[in-house]
Amino acid sequence: MSILTLILRELVGMFIDDEFLAIAILAVVAVAAVISIWLAAPQILVGGVLLIGCVAVVMASALRASRKDRKI
Amino acid sequence: MISWATAAPAVTAAFLASLVEVVEAFTIVLAVATVRGWRPALTGTGAGLALLVVLVLALGPLLDQVPLHALQLVIGVLLLLFGLRWLRKAILRSAGVLALHDEAKAFAAEEKSLQEAERRQDAHLDWIAGITAFKAVVLEGLEVVFIVVAVGAGRGLLVPAAIGALAACVLVLLIGVLVHKPLARVPENTLKFGVGIMLSAFGVFWTGEGLGVDWPGRDLAILAFAVIFLLVGLVTVKLAARPAVETRA
Repeated sequence: MSILTLILRELVGMFIDDEFLAIAILAVVAVAAVISIWLAAPQILVGGVLLIGCVAVVMASALRASRKDRKI
Repeated sequence: MISWATAAPAVTAAFLASLVEVVEAFTIVLAVATVRGWRPALTGTGAGLALLVVLVLALGPLLDQVPLHALQLVIGVLLLLFGLRWLRKAILRSAGVLALHDEAKAFAAEEKSLQEAERRQDAHLDWIAGITAFKAVVLEGLEVVFIVVAVGAGRGLLVPAAIGALAACVLVLLIGVLVHKPLARVPENTLKFGVGIMLSAFGVFWTGEGLGVDWPGRDLAILAFAVIFLLVGLVTVKLAARPAVETRA
């Protein structure tokens, strides 16, 4: 494998490890953006969605991985 | 003038995150030096550092061209992807679901692979050793560069963040020169847990700012988010560590 491919793979791997986690984070940001830009929701609601969404996502991803590990 | 209260979270996050990455790079460079001597190790390290400097010099000025809100949003999302990934991994390691990263094992594996190449009497061994050190420095260094840019660029804190990262490099080098062994006693998972929490807190803050959220308490909100992520992380460790029997019942 060339060094460039390795560096590119590492760059992607820096941000994406578990696909569920990455997709869920992007979904949380997308929801926050939609309610902020199109629905003009109060800022505190946008911030709340972002914070609670991220907290829920990391919890769900870790618990999902631990359940999968137990099944193996 | 940047106040210490504003710069402290960025400096601390950059220092701790860089500490983890530099320890990993140092382990591999030391393995190369042990098997093939310092010449290929230092040549590879120097070439890796030069490439990183070129990347920073080439891409750094582009940051000034991006509008602040767009920059905060992009960096915020990347920080969320990066920070929550670290936090998730640290939670799973603390819960015993994933094995802890062991620098002594990583050193032994790298040493073995180079010794096998030596036994095969590979003619290009110095080249292989140099490339090994180069790859380690570039790959771990890219993460350090990203962390410095991510925690520093949104609020003009690039210099304090870079100082935090540089301090980590100097500290690892000093200890490395003194003990001349892989730094296996660094509590890597605790550091990753802490850094994952800080980067996730920064990520929520910057993404919110990028979307136009004016956080109550301004920069202090980052500390509040960090406390929330810490509590959630600790609770998740407990939940993820439950014995298998409990969940099957």
